[in-house]
Amino acid sequence: MKRIIAKKKYCWILIISIALLSNLSNLHAQSYKNAQHHQCLKCHSNQTYSFKNEVTNKEVKRLMNPYYILDTIAMSAGVHKGFDCTDCHSSEYQAYPHKSTLKLDPLSTCLDCHGGDEAFASYKFDKIQEEFKKSVHYKVYGDNFSCSKCHNQHTYVATARNSSNVLEIVDFDNKMCLSCHNDMKKYNLVAGHINPKLVQIHSWLPNQELHFSHVRCIECHTEVIDSLMVSHNILSKDKAVKKCVQCHSSDSKLKASLYKYQNLQKRSEKGFGSAILTNSSYTIGTHQSPTLKLLSIVIFLVTLGGIIIHSIFRILKK
Amino acid sequence: MSATHKIYFYPVWLRVWHAINALGILILIITGISMQSDMDSNVIGFNMTVNLHNIAGVVIFVSYFAFFIGNLVTNNGRFYLIKMKGFFKRPIKQGMFYVWGMFHGEKYPFPLSEKRKFNPLQKYFYVLVMYLAVPVVIVTGLALLFPEIIIDKVYGISGVFMTAILHSAMGFFISIFLIIHLYIASVGKSPLENYKSMITGWHHV
Repeated sequence: MKRIIAKKKYCWILIISIALLSNLSNLHAQSYKNAQHHQCLKCHSNQTYSFKNEVTNKEVKRLMNPYYILDTIAMSAGVHKGFDCTDCHSSEYQAYPHKSTLKLDPLSTCLDCHGGDEAFASYKFDKIQEEFKKSVHYKVYGDNFSCSKCHNQHTYVATARNSSNVLEIVDFDNKMCLSCHNDMKKYNLVAGHINPKLVQIHSWLPNQELHFSHVRCIECHTEVIDSLMVSHNILSKDKAVKKCVQCHSSDSKLKASLYKYQNLQKRSEKGFGSAILTNSSYTIGTHQSPTLKLLSIVIFLVTLGGIIIHSIFRILKK
Repeated sequence: MSATHKIYFYPVWLRVWHAINALGILILIITGISMQSDMDSNVIGFNMTVNLHNIAGVVIFVSYFAFFIGNLVTNNGRFYLIKMKGFFKRPIKQGMFYVWGMFHGEKYPFPLSEKRKFNPLQKYFYVLVMYLAVPVVIVTGLALLFPEIIIDKVYGISGVFMTAILHSAMGFFISIFLIIHLYIASVGKSPLENYKSMITGWHHV
C-alpha cells in the first residue's frame, strides 16, 4: 500500500515538473507576444515610456529613441525567439534607469555563440568571418561593422535556406541591404558620406525594377565561392557583375548563388508542363529548356538534310 | 519553245517591304541565335547584340503594319485567302510534285497566273508565317521589351519565361521557314529566276 502511495506521489511530482517546464520554455516566446508584460519590451516596443523620476519625485513620460523600438511580432518569429534579452545584453539592464556606463560594455558577438560550435558547423561562420574581412564593408568600417548591421539579430529568419518562394527570399535579402543603402543616416554612419542614389547608379541595368525584385543585390555584388552559400565578401561597385551573360547563360552565375539553395533547385518541378519547360538556366529563349533545344537542333538538321537530298536529286535528274 | 509570259506580281511597295523585312528578319535571327548561345565574345558584344535585336524588332513591327495595310488596300491580300475546297488535297498535291512529280517530268500542278500568285502549299506557309508566327513574335517581342507588363505567374511558371519560350520558338519557326523559302525559290524556270523577280517585280510564267 505504501509503495502505491509513493508511486502516486512521484507521478504527481513528474506531472507538475513537466507542466512547469513546458510553461517555462514558452515563457520567452509568450513574453515577446505579450510585450506589455515583458520587463524590457513594455518600454522597448512602444513609442513612449514612463518612469518615476526619483530626484524630482515626478512621473515622467518620454519619447523612445526610434532605433531602440523593437518589432515584437517579427521578434517572436525570429531565429532567436527562444532567448531572452539578457542572454545577450547585460543583466544589469533589468534595472531602470539603466546605468549609463552599460552602453560602453561590449555586447556579446554572434561568433561568441555561433563560432567554433559543432551545432552550427554547416553554416561555416568562421569561413564567413574570413570572407567578410575581405569585403568593402570591413574595409570601410573595420570591426565596427558587426554581423547585425545586416542580419538583425532580433528579427532574423533564415529565409533563403527555408523558403521555396524566390521572390520572398529576394525581398527579405534585399531589405537587409536597403536598410542602410536606402537610409541616409545609417549609410552615413558607416561610409561617412551620404549614400549614392540607387536607381540612378543602376540606370545602366535593363529592366531595373524587374531585376531588383527577382534577384538579390548580392548576386552581382558578392564574390561567389563554392564552400559558402553567400561568401560575405561584398564587392565594391567597380568589381560588381555588369555583364548580362554572367547570369543569362547556361552557365549562369545564379546557379552558384541564388539557386545554390536546395530548397530552390527543385522549383521547376512545380507547375504544369514542367517536363518540357525545365527552367534550368537564365539563357535567353528556348535554349532554357534542354528538350526544346534538342528538338530545335533535330528540326534544323532534318530541314537541312531534306534540302541537300532534294538538291542532289535535282542535279541528278537535270 | 513557247513564248514566256510576264506578270507584274511584285509592285514597288511590296518589294521595298520584302527587302526591309528580309534584312530585319536576318538581323533578328542572327542576333537572336547569338543571344541564346551564351556568346559574349562575339564581334559586337552582348549589349550591342541586344540593342540591334531590339531595333530590328521595332523595324519589323512597323514594316508588318505596312504589309498588313498594303494587303488590305491593294489586291495583294486576296492571294492569301485559302479556299476550303480541297483544303488538304491541294497542298498535298503540290507537296507530291516537289518530292516526286518534278523529278518525273510532271507538269506544274498549279500554274501561276494573274489570279494565282502562290501555289497552295506556299500559300499555307505564307499565311502561317505572316498571320500567325510574325504577329506572335511581334507581340511577345514587345512584351519582352516591357517585361513588367507580363503576368508574373502562369500555372506556376514564370510569365516572362513562357513569353521568352514562345518568342524564340516562333522565331525558330520563322528561321526554318526562311531556309525553306530561300531554297524553294530556286525551284523556278531557272534557279535564279525567282530571286530576280523579287528585284524587278516581274515574274516569268
